[in-house]
Amino acid sequence: MDFSFVKDYYMFFINGAKITILLAIFTIIFGVILGVLFALMRISRNPVLKGIAAVYIEFIRGTPIMVQLFIFYYGLSFVGITFPDISVLGSNLNDLMAGIVALSINSAAYVAEIVRAGIQAIDKGQMEAARSLGLNYTISMKTIILPQAIKNILPALGNEFIAIIKESSIVSIIGIHELMYSNSTVRGITFRPFEPLIITAMVYFAITFTLSTLVRAFERRLQTVD
Amino acid sequence: MIKVTDLHKNFGKLHVLKGIDLNIDKGEVVVIIGPSGSGKSTVLRCLNRLEEADKGQILFKDISVTDDKNDINVIRQDMGMVFQNFNLFPHMTVLENVTLAPTRLNMMKEKEAKDKGLKLLKRVGLGDKANNYPNQLSGGQKQRVAIARALAMSPDLMLFDEPTSALDPEMVGEVLEVMKQLAADGMTMVIVTHEMNFAKEVADRVLFIDDGIILEEAPPEELFNNPKNPRTKDFLRRVII
Repeated sequence: MDFSFVKDYYMFFINGAKITILLAIFTIIFGVILGVLFALMRISRNPVLKGIAAVYIEFIRGTPIMVQLFIFYYGLSFVGITFPDISVLGSNLNDLMAGIVALSINSAAYVAEIVRAGIQAIDKGQMEAARSLGLNYTISMKTIILPQAIKNILPALGNEFIAIIKESSIVSIIGIHELMYSNSTVRGITFRPFEPLIITAMVYFAITFTLSTLVRAFERRLQTVD
Repeated sequence: MIKVTDLHKNFGKLHVLKGIDLNIDKGEVVVIIGPSGSGKSTVLRCLNRLEEADKGQILFKDISVTDDKNDINVIRQDMGMVFQNFNLFPHMTVLENVTLAPTRLNMMKEKEAKDKGLKLLKRVGLGDKANNYPNQLSGGQKQRVAIARALAMSPDLMLFDEPTSALDPEMVGEVLEVMKQLAADGMTMVIVTHEMNFAKEVADRVLFIDDGIILEEAPPEELFNNPKNPRTKDFLRRVII
């Protein structure tokens, strides 16, 4: 094995990692916001909201992420949504947005199921007690149910965040210069198919391990509060 | 205070309440007894609309509880409820449990709510537990906090849904003692319970519910000593007093 290429091409991996992290941050933010929204729709008593959420979640979970990615890659411009033709860390903003949207929409379905399960695990007496005091549904949800549900949700949500980072490697196929794309670039330059993969895997692992450590630390902090 | 007319409730195909009529005056203490599955808890839960009635009318202080035009959240502010399983909020301290509703509903300033909360906790004998979390309390203590929490809204009516059923026997007394105090102070109360001695001592009126209807209602000494309905007799014979 020969890793001598690293000293010449390490910037590819660093820039790739930057894009991967950027993708993950936006996907986590949008995925969580959308996911909580769909979870609340799914448990609501309104049959229309409930139906929309159920169809969305089933459809996203039942189709390959690669298909979803291409749907958004071609679909966004097809329906006339375009972004300024500028470059972000070497990737076209239009491609990047398609990637973020596809990953967020995908992740939201999984987050929604995690959040729904976390909320439904809370004893229904909690909601009844809050409502019996005259608090409305929204306040009861915000002050009583969600703060308790967070503890059930967080471990599963941490796993989902890690899955996002790993699955973001798929957006290399639409030309986003993230970590997996950088791997291919370095392979093309060096004609070495194997060693760059080792580096790439190590960088992915460094990112996911950091994240899982952070999530665990946060969980511990929540535990000590009660 | 509360007037129920022809109340019906179904759970799927099960007809749980089959026409309940009930009047409760201000300051009255009404105890509901009956076999399990008779619908007594359901009556209570319909009163503050935790269960939706399928038919019939409930008036609370002349305002219809069952009418969608009236904001149920406002109606509930004057109706406290105490549950069998306490349902304290485990992520909040005892005092926060008590002050949550008054402060969230902007009825009191933080400081005022705290003062009142502490006063209420003292009243139920738990002034020293204000900063504890619910999981550090015994069952009896939890239920007394739940009573204080409901009282913090200064309700006109208190609903008790089997408040001592989940307690160890040695904890029952302390909760009943608080309830007796409350009754003596003139609170209007509707209590579903299996504590017959307590009913005898505190109730102004006892209702016997079986199979979704009120079979018999009378002052406690009459209902317990001289029941008229054969099913009431049968039930009381089986309950060890």
